Amino acid sequence: MANISTSAPEKVGLLRVLGPAHVWALGVGIVLVGEYMGWNFAVGKGGAYAALIACWFAGLLYTCVAMIDSEVTSTVAAAGGQYTQAKHIVGPLMAFNVGLYLVFAYTMLEAANAITIGFLMDAVATMTGHEGLDQRPFIVLAIMFLAWLNYRGVLATLTFSLVITAFAFSAVIVLFLATAVLTGDSPLRHADLMTDLPYGWVGVLAAMHFGLWYYLGIEGTTQAAEEVRSPARSLPFGTLAGIMTLLIAATLTWYVSAGLMPWEYLGQAGVPLFDAARLSGSTLLMVLLGIGTLFATLASANGCINDASRAWFAMGRDHYLPSWFGAVHPTYRTPFRAIVFLVPIALIFALGAPLDQVITFSILSGLLEYTFMPINMIMFRRKWPLDSIKRGYVHPFHPIPALVLLTLCGTTYFAVFLGYGTQLVAMVAFYIVVSLWFHFWRYRFVNRGAQFTMPWPRPKGY
Amino acid sequence: MDIWNVLEYVAWGASVLFGFFILYDWFVTNSRYSEEVLTSSREGELEAMTEDQRN
Repeated sequence: MANISTSAPEKVGLLRVLGPAHVWALGVGIVLVGEYMGWNFAVGKGGAYAALIACWFAGLLYTCVAMIDSEVTSTVAAAGGQYTQAKHIVGPLMAFNVGLYLVFAYTMLEAANAITIGFLMDAVATMTGHEGLDQRPFIVLAIMFLAWLNYRGVLATLTFSLVITAFAFSAVIVLFLATAVLTGDSPLRHADLMTDLPYGWVGVLAAMHFGLWYYLGIEGTTQAAEEVRSPARSLPFGTLAGIMTLLIAATLTWYVSAGLMPWEYLGQAGVPLFDAARLSGSTLLMVLLGIGTLFATLASANGCINDASRAWFAMGRDHYLPSWFGAVHPTYRTPFRAIVFLVPIALIFALGAPLDQVITFSILSGLLEYTFMPINMIMFRRKWPLDSIKRGYVHPFHPIPALVLLTLCGTTYFAVFLGYGTQLVAMVAFYIVVSLWFHFWRYRFVNRGAQFTMPWPRPKGY
Repeated sequence: MDIWNVLEYVAWGASVLFGFFILYDWFVTNSRYSEEVLTSSREGELEAMTEDQRN
C-alpha cells in the first residue's frame, strides 16, 4: 500500500513554464519531417506541378486550421487541445472521438518516425560499407529516449525540440540559398525537368492525400495550452508563426527538389531533401541535410509523445478513460502514466506494422479531426459570440475559413478514398464501435458537472 | 564485429537503461505518493491558482 511522504504536496498539476518559442517548436517540430520525406509521394501521384498545387491547397487548409485553433485554444487553455474544445463546445461523445483521433494520429506518427530513424541509420551504415544493419535497436532507442525525456519534464523536452527543429529548418533555408541564390551557376534545372500534368487533374486530386504531409500536425500546438505561461498570447503567436514557417519551408522544399530531380524519381524517393543535397554536389550540404533529416524525425516523434500523452491524460482526468491515467508526477509535473502507457503501443506499431499502413492510420485520424474543427468553430461563434467571451485572438472572415476547411476536407476524403478506401471504411467503423461503447457504458463513470470548467457565460440560446 | 555492430549493442543497452529509469521512478513515485495526490490535477485549477496569487 502506498506510503504518504510527510513532505508530499496536497495537490499536483502541470507546470506553466513554456513560452511562444516552445509552442512554435512543438507545432513545427511535429510537421517538419514531412518536408524532409513523405510530401514527394504527391509528385508520384500527379507530377511536380500537382505537388505544388497540393502544397498550396493543403497550405490553405492548414492556415484555416491554424486560425481556427488559435482563436478557440486562446480561450480553452487546458491540456487535451481539441478534445477539451470539443468537450466544452460540442459535447461529450464528440470529445471522446476527438480525443481518440488525437491519440491515434500522434502515436501512429511517432511509430512512423521511429521506423524512419531505423531506416536512416541503415542508410548511413550502407553508405559506410556496412550491409544488413539491425534497425530494431535504433527504433527502440528513439522511442525510449524520447519517452524518458518527456517523462522528465516538459521544459527540457520542448527546449530540445526547439534546438533541433531550428537546426532542421535552417538546413532547408541553407539548401535553398546555396542552390538557388548564392551560386553563380545554379544546379537547378526547372526548365528541363518540369513537365505537364502526367495524369491530368485526377492526378492533382490524388496528390492532395500526400499534400497534407507538408503541414500535418501543426494543430498539435494546442496541447501545450496548460503548460504555457500566457496561453492567450503564446498559443496564437506560436501557432501562426508555425504555419508561416511551414508555408515557407514547403515551398522552398518543392522548388529545390523539383529543380534537381525528374518527377519520376522524386515521386518515389525515400529522403528527397537529402537526395537534393547529394545532387547539389556539396559534401557540406549533404552532411547538413543528413543531420537535418535525423533531427526533423526526432523532433516529430518528440512532439508526438508530448501531444498524445496530454490528450490521453486529459481524457483520464475527466474519467472518459480510467482516472488512473489522469495522474501528474509530483516532481517532474508531467502526465507520467499516460506517457508510459503509450510507449508499448508505439513500440508494437513501430516494430510490427508496415510504414505505409501506420502513416495512413495517422493521416485518417488527423483528417477526421480536421473535419470536426469547422463544425466546432461555427458552434463556438454561435453559442458564444465575440462580445460574450474575451478571446486572445479573433480570426478574420468567419465563417469563410471554416467553410473552406470543410470543403477541402471533403475533397481530401475523396482523394484518400481513391487510394485507401478500405482503410477509411474500416477506421470509420472502428470509431462507430468505440462511440457505442462510450455512450452505453463508459459515460456512466463521468462526473458530468465537473467536466465543464471554463468560466464562460451560459451559451446563447440555452 | 565493426562499429555498427557495436552501435547496435549500445542502442539496446541505452534503451534498457532509459526503460529501467522510467519503470524504477514510476514504482517509487507510486509508492511514495497517495493516489489522491497523484490524480489531484483538475482542469482549470491552474487559472484559479494564478488568480489567487495575483490577489
